[in-house]
Amino acid sequence: MSTGIGARVKRKEDKRFTTGQGRYTDDVRVDNQAYAVFVRSPHAHAKITGIDKSEAEAMDGVIAVLDGHQLTGDGIGNLICGWAVSSKDGSPMNMGAWSALATDTARYVGDAVAVVIADSRQEARDAAEAVVVDYEELPVVVTSDKALESGAPQIHDNAAGNLCFDWEIGDEAAADKGLAEAAHVTQMRIVNNRLSPNPMEPRSAVAIYDSAEEHYTLYTTSQNPHVARLVLSAFYNVAPEHKLRVIAPDVGGGFGAKIYIYPEEITCLWASMKTGRSVKWTADRSEAFMTDAHGRDHITNARMGFDQNGKITGFKVDTLANLGAYMSLFSSATPTYLYATLLSGQYDIANIYGNVKGVYTNTVPVDAYRGAGRPEASFLVERMMETAAREMGMDPAELRRRNFIGSFPHQTPVIMTYDAGDFAGNLDMAQKAADVAGFPARRAEAAQRGKLRGLGYSCYIEACGIAPSAAVGSLGAGVGLWESAEVRVNPVGTIEILTGSHSHGQGHETTFSQIVAERFGLPIENVSIVHGDTDKVQFGMGTYGSRSGAVGMSAIVKAMDKVEAKVRKIAAHVLEASEDDIVIENGAVKVAGTDKQMLWHEVGLAAYTAHNLPAGMEPGLKETAFYDPVNFTFPAGCYIAEVEVDPETGVTKVVQFTAADDFGTIINPMIVEGQVHGGAAQGIGQAMLEGVVYDQDGQLLTGSYMDYCMPRADDVPFYTIEHNKTVCPGNPLGIKGCGEAGAIGTPPAIINAITDAIGNNDLQMPATPLKVWTALQAAAKPMAAE
Amino acid sequence: MTKVSMKVNGKAVSRDVPDNTLLVDFLREQLRLTGTHVGCDTTQCGACVVHVNGKSIKSCTQLAVSLAGAEVTTIEGIANGADLHPMQVAFNDHHGLQCGFCTPGMIMTGIDMVNRYQAQGRELTEEAIRFELEGNICRCTGYHNIVKAIDAAAQQMSGMAKAAE
Amino acid sequence: MYQTKYHKAASFDDAVAALGAAEDGKYLAGGQTLLATMKQRLAAPTDLVDLRGIDGMVGISVDGDSVTIGAATTHAEVASNAALRAVIPVLCDLAVLIGDPAVRHMGTIGGSLANNDPAADYPAAVLGLNGTVITNQREIPADEYFEGLFTTALDEGEIIKAVRFPKPRRAAYQKFPNPASRFALVGVLVADTGDGPRVAVTGAGSDGVFRAEALEEALAGGFSAASLEGASVDSDGLMGDIHATPEYRAHLIGVLARRGVAAAG
Repeated sequence: MSTGIGARVKRKEDKRFTTGQGRYTDDVRVDNQAYAVFVRSPHAHAKITGIDKSEAEAMDGVIAVLDGHQLTGDGIGNLICGWAVSSKDGSPMNMGAWSALATDTARYVGDAVAVVIADSRQEARDAAEAVVVDYEELPVVVTSDKALESGAPQIHDNAAGNLCFDWEIGDEAAADKGLAEAAHVTQMRIVNNRLSPNPMEPRSAVAIYDSAEEHYTLYTTSQNPHVARLVLSAFYNVAPEHKLRVIAPDVGGGFGAKIYIYPEEITCLWASMKTGRSVKWTADRSEAFMTDAHGRDHITNARMGFDQNGKITGFKVDTLANLGAYMSLFSSATPTYLYATLLSGQYDIANIYGNVKGVYTNTVPVDAYRGAGRPEASFLVERMMETAAREMGMDPAELRRRNFIGSFPHQTPVIMTYDAGDFAGNLDMAQKAADVAGFPARRAEAAQRGKLRGLGYSCYIEACGIAPSAAVGSLGAGVGLWESAEVRVNPVGTIEILTGSHSHGQGHETTFSQIVAERFGLPIENVSIVHGDTDKVQFGMGTYGSRSGAVGMSAIVKAMDKVEAKVRKIAAHVLEASEDDIVIENGAVKVAGTDKQMLWHEVGLAAYTAHNLPAGMEPGLKETAFYDPVNFTFPAGCYIAEVEVDPETGVTKVVQFTAADDFGTIINPMIVEGQVHGGAAQGIGQAMLEGVVYDQDGQLLTGSYMDYCMPRADDVPFYTIEHNKTVCPGNPLGIKGCGEAGAIGTPPAIINAITDAIGNNDLQMPATPLKVWTALQAAAKPMAAE
Repeated sequence: MTKVSMKVNGKAVSRDVPDNTLLVDFLREQLRLTGTHVGCDTTQCGACVVHVNGKSIKSCTQLAVSLAGAEVTTIEGIANGADLHPMQVAFNDHHGLQCGFCTPGMIMTGIDMVNRYQAQGRELTEEAIRFELEGNICRCTGYHNIVKAIDAAAQQMSGMAKAAE
Repeated sequence: MYQTKYHKAASFDDAVAALGAAEDGKYLAGGQTLLATMKQRLAAPTDLVDLRGIDGMVGISVDGDSVTIGAATTHAEVASNAALRAVIPVLCDLAVLIGDPAVRHMGTIGGSLANNDPAADYPAAVLGLNGTVITNQREIPADEYFEGLFTTALDEGEIIKAVRFPKPRRAAYQKFPNPASRFALVGVLVADTGDGPRVAVTGAGSDGVFRAEALEEALAGGFSAASLEGASVDSDGLMGDIHATPEYRAHLIGVLARRGVAAAG
């Protein structure tokens, strides 16, 4: 069976997970280990007027009780935002100060105020309850619209009116003109609900300080250990990079929430130095709800104009983005460059303008969550398109077809240059797979059973494979977004790939091995993947933004190119042939047209014995490459959802779900389909089940699975997955990326289907039974009409 | 401290632990069987599911001290030497896992449901599998391949049960 | 979880004595609610007295037209008991909807009733079927047992030994689960008993489980879904939260009652 590109290779990593031998951060136990428990603010906004640690310090097992003044006093820096966004008047964003342990003010429920280090978790928790913090409560605001009102509570002194930035993209005058000339204008207010990422493994950290070497080791639940090390070193001043090793072992899901370097990891490292003990902290789920960066939370007012023929004439968007109490690591980029640059969707729109106001509130920071900006864009655009079609009495698929971009490259008015795609082909493929032609019959049959059946489309596009370093640098990014790889061919011919990408469920150990096995004709077992340890792997940027295929694998390809070049030289020299005649196939290096060959391992051995190498060639066979993408990649597709609503209760079931995605080249269809399944479930979750709710005092009402509704097996259907393929011209394998598409494309398809079923377009996410029933009351649509 | 003795994965174990020690902490911290995970505080996620006296339970919501004399089986104890349990094989065959964190609980729940349905002579339909997974949350797979894996393992286990008769 | 002292009681006297000696003790059965609450440090009993080892606490016995279920019988046992299904199938149908399979393997009917969570399922069964709670001291009729949120007629130290249910002519339980917790957002048990119709509602009442008298009156005219047309439940006194308003709950009670009556046949 083939194990190369395109093969459904079973995952190499599964055995340790199915036998209980995975090694996650909380499984790590080290010598001299103590436990950290954080004292957190119970108030959403309060002055800290005093901390009495005496009772806690005297309790059994307590090693230290540390506070923010001690932390800042030791020179630990404030948390940073890694992407500088400017307002439309050119002024820089207003960064509110965020200390890992709050010193004078707590700004959300869960803001860390102090930490207890004790011999056991139990003792640390008991003592944390005994730390007495005096608070002076301040007024609270939790929503972005209220935070901008005059007289709203001020969250940061340097952000007047709680405005962090007032950013724009596109041409306002052109958009206004396009709208003025329109024959029809669709206007909507759309809320993109606030979500909690909820990887099943809670965040965890084990910090180890070696006083003799002045060296730190941090085991942590990170999607990007090198970035964590860089930030911990350069900005938080924990230790210089060469004195800090960050290890992200098996990580139980990330979805964005584990990109960031949080107060807890910083504090554990510092506390390990302070106490001379190794310090472990593992979040419980309620802490995860309170402190993991949330996702989305937009309020958008938008207008889209159409001419007589249904061609879009202009699109104007005003968005309020709730940033939470502080700027998180990429929270400026998510609602701006990752969102509004996709307002063109799959459509040829000449005139677009977007304005985004980033707003502070007394809630946990909001940052990238699976999709990061693109789900917000696709939900907006696809809800507008479906609604416009209904308003104009057009078939929603036909309206989309009339506006599809048909030739590439295509420059949108919002920065992006789409490089390849087949939008009409995706729609055709999805319509066929979903049997859209048979929908009227299915709807009629459902009505017989007393159910309202609806169908909804979503033609999403996203930008991933982030991203060209110079381009993102010019837009304000503080880092480059290239990736690195090292290919080590051992003297016996086996290969280790050291990658800067990080796998926390994506199956890199399998897919990365596949491209190596294919390239050199080797058994996949002879390839191993090393990642997640800054002491082992060269600097790399990590995994998010569906970049491990398009960027991470490209770096491996580039390193393999170098290896191959050297292999050719060695073989040509040993076999006394011309380099041009050397071919590599089936694990052998051959001279074309002859029977002369070296087996792969013989080349490895030759490189390391160095007895007979070309003059001047260095021994060894190991190459490193850094790959910087030339463009974003643009996965796109068409999703079609069918739902059935029980009109008496509002209960909605997704009864059919079809995805036709164009991910370019696919390395392992099994794994790619799995990514779509998971993304679609998160999309169904956003559309129908999940929503973070704070009350007006800033208390989190959805602080556990008792109130935050996670998708379960009986909430979702089997998914039908089809693949279209236009190769991405920007990278050597032609890969676009598949990790987030499901979460991006699904919500609009679901809401379009439910609103189709109930005959009321006024429905916000999550479309719970209560909301659907309420919308049905408003629609008062007689079933018999169908 | 109370001395707790039980059989875990066929082996007699005994430890002195505080009375408030949960079974999951007994397994993870005392026995260092770290395949059983904790994913929530509200007895809902199922990452901690093990078998006690042949039935699935949530080890995060049972005191170790109350299980004196019990037979406990964890994810580390279901393979027969090098031969993996059919449920473990099926999760690999059908890509029923991604990050792997919920997987031990899924597998233990899967084995329990197959055993119960087969003992009661009931058909384990797709709908039944989804119903039985109510207490196990996965964030990665969208459940599609978990359902497929359990279904496939059920066929396999049924064949084995028949062959043994 | 705070520190606590565990006792395994061998008899009722033993249990009562252990609890009496404790500073702030609690009885423990399956623990699926109590331990979950203690883990979150929302309860801090100094002592736990485990009742599961007491003789006669587990099991289901059918005696003609009445069924007695031992207090420490698990939800899984109730759900799958063939003898019970032959007499009062609604109890099996209800038990299989409690929690999830792993919770059903541990959770017990006595524990559920002693706790009397306003969104639990069993209170609807006991009230709707006019069951009797049998304790180590007395028998308590359903209509006197439930006193409000997490409050029952049980005295300090009193232990539920069993619950006795009379066989109804027909009955059904309809549960509308809270999408997140899967507890009852609304659960309605309708029963056609020898003493007339009973409609018990859980999950919805601000004071816990209650009988929907308006619906019972409507059903007195005939135990059919048609009898319930036009009958409604007042939303006053119903719970409102992020998952359901009182009005929605009131509406659902009507829908579930109609469906229940139809399902009861």
